[in-house]
Amino acid sequence: MTITVTGTKKEVADGLTLAQLVIDEKVETPEYVTASVNEEFISSSSFEDTVLKEGDNVEFIYFMGGGQ
Amino acid sequence: MAFTNEQLERYSRHIILKEVGAKGQKKLLNAKVLIIGAGGLGAPAALYLAAAGVGTIGIADADEVDLSNLQRQVIHTTADVGKAKVQSAKETMEAINPDVTVNTYRTFIDSENILDIIKDYDFVIDGTDNFPAKFLINDACVMAKKPFSHAGIIRFKGQLMTYVPGQGPCYRCVFKNPPPKDAVPTCKQAGVIGAMGGVIGSLQAMEAIKYILGTGDLLTGYLLTYDALKMEFRKIKLPTDTSKCPICGEHPTITKLIDYEQAECDGVHL
Repeated sequence: MTITVTGTKKEVADGLTLAQLVIDEKVETPEYVTASVNEEFISSSSFEDTVLKEGDNVEFIYFMGGGQ
Repeated sequence: MAFTNEQLERYSRHIILKEVGAKGQKKLLNAKVLIIGAGGLGAPAALYLAAAGVGTIGIADADEVDLSNLQRQVIHTTADVGKAKVQSAKETMEAINPDVTVNTYRTFIDSENILDIIKDYDFVIDGTDNFPAKFLINDACVMAKKPFSHAGIIRFKGQLMTYVPGQGPCYRCVFKNPPPKDAVPTCKQAGVIGAMGGVIGSLQAMEAIKYILGTGDLLTGYLLTYDALKMEFRKIKLPTDTSKCPICGEHPTITKLIDYEQAECDGVHL
């Protein structure tokens, strides 16, 4: 199936979970990443249970603490 | 209040814009913007806001100028090393534009003082470098119903979002809670390219100016991310349901400001 991950279309296996996508995408500091699927926040405790579907739009948002 | 001839000339490139005009320039001259952190983000934001004629600019920072700041904190010069950052920033802003009144707050912001510092300002710019400060600014601005610009920079990356009460998610809607100390690196630990502060801090100034003018679309409901190595900007739409947010949602569970523990290896707190 095809999903969009951080703005790029990707071919992934049917039934892929958000938790597995975090691993496949080598997401930095995965414990602290914020994820949204189709513009809805998914709490990290639900990554395992979130099964992605054809056409889903996944965004990963990272903590960025610098500024000074 | 009529413009002086000098003001007409100084702001001529603003006044000629249909989105600004004489009316918009007066709004800028009457506006009050607070910048928290006189560093990588705060320096360019302060320079552009002062040059634009934002009439009152507050600047809060407890630190002194260090030689290692000068690679990016363009409001300070080599001669300012050792001077209070707020004083150095004030002198530069006043030298650029005598129309600007600069209020300095030589302090770390905390749960005790932040509400009092932000209360007189129309817009707040978060130019801090640590999560406890970023969450504190968010919570205080939500409680006091103040619009603010969040930004973060690290290495070759930056991000920003704008919060306006009732017009989209706050920082805590997106990030929930600060990461544990040292779980996510800071600039000092990871480095940052100096011009990144220039890019993102200038965008924060742009958001403040648009908010004051009431023109254009603010970055509410979106997170803008910038990856300099890929030379890629992305405007990520944020979820619109903020009802469950512990601070800006329908039933807030955070009713008092929180002083989270600082990352000890940061060295600087703001």
